[in-house]
Amino acid sequence: MERLPLKSKVLNENQIIAEQLRESYREHGILCLNLISSPGSGKTALLERTLASLDPATRVCVLTGDIQTDNDARRLAQYGFPVQQITTGGTCHLDGRMIERHLAEWNLDDIDLLFIENVGNLVCPSSYDLGEASKIVLLSVTEGDDKPLKYPSIFFKSDLFLLTKIDLLPYVPFSAEQVEENARKVHPGMEILRTSSTTEGGLEAWLTWLKQRMKLAQQGALAAAGK
Amino acid sequence: MHELSIAESILKGIRTELLRYPGARPTKVGVRIGELAAVDVDSLTFCFEAVLKGTEWESLQLDARVCKQVRSCADCGAEFEVVDYNAECPKCASSNTTLKSGDELDFDYLEVDTDGTPAAQV
Repeated sequence: MERLPLKSKVLNENQIIAEQLRESYREHGILCLNLISSPGSGKTALLERTLASLDPATRVCVLTGDIQTDNDARRLAQYGFPVQQITTGGTCHLDGRMIERHLAEWNLDDIDLLFIENVGNLVCPSSYDLGEASKIVLLSVTEGDDKPLKYPSIFFKSDLFLLTKIDLLPYVPFSAEQVEENARKVHPGMEILRTSSTTEGGLEAWLTWLKQRMKLAQQGALAAAGK
Repeated sequence: MHELSIAESILKGIRTELLRYPGARPTKVGVRIGELAAVDVDSLTFCFEAVLKGTEWESLQLDARVCKQVRSCADCGAEFEVVDYNAECPKCASSNTTLKSGDELDFDYLEVDTDGTPAAQV
């Protein structure tokens, strides 16, 4: 019997694809954002509001993941931007290969902003790197303000936390201050925005965040091209 | 339940590793799982046994070790193990701390049976 030391990552195969995706986003100046939340936290609603508010000249594409149905893709396609549904057929998360396969349908030169709406799940998607610039976690005020402590991985790995459905705050026993404190316990200094896709509260701040990040992605591509 | 996908990835990783050691039979695989990796060890063990069923490696054991989160403080330099996901430095109460380890999902070792002859690396 012999013990061989190993150094590789268990999800090495996904990691290799994710790094290739990241490199190609960087090359093309694409800002890729991976939206993660439980089912029903408002990922699709936020994307609807976002697509409706963006300058039509912005070159946005959306990949939306679900276990079944193309309901989300149909909802999002109404805004005139290219959308593809990724139906996983049972798998609880998106992986690099699914993204790679669907991106092959598009010309990357024509994309500035790529939204990936992950399968509704607060746990599994956090393990799979999709080459994104940032993961964004959404949590709605109807879910309980202790969730960042119960699902620390995704709050730790996300650059931005969108607290959604804040228009419902008067009707639920949920403390926005407490959830923010819990999120920052797990992820010190975490950026947090409060939003409502119904009343459009906080939407302006979210769009500003988005535009700043897009600018950075484009500057990064220019800097790389100038090398 | 992404533990099933992860169990399949472990099996795939072993097959790849064994290409370098022809004739070696795996008996145990060690993996390190950070507490921030969002992987449940019991569920992974269950899934690992399930993916081994019907293969030539049914008795292959999984040794999954959970690793605590370790952070270091940028203000006082202390390195500390995180308790209850509280990222604050226990020495100086600074929240200016960075993760050193605790989000890994890494292979650690592979034990193989080689019938007395050392595993030949090709």
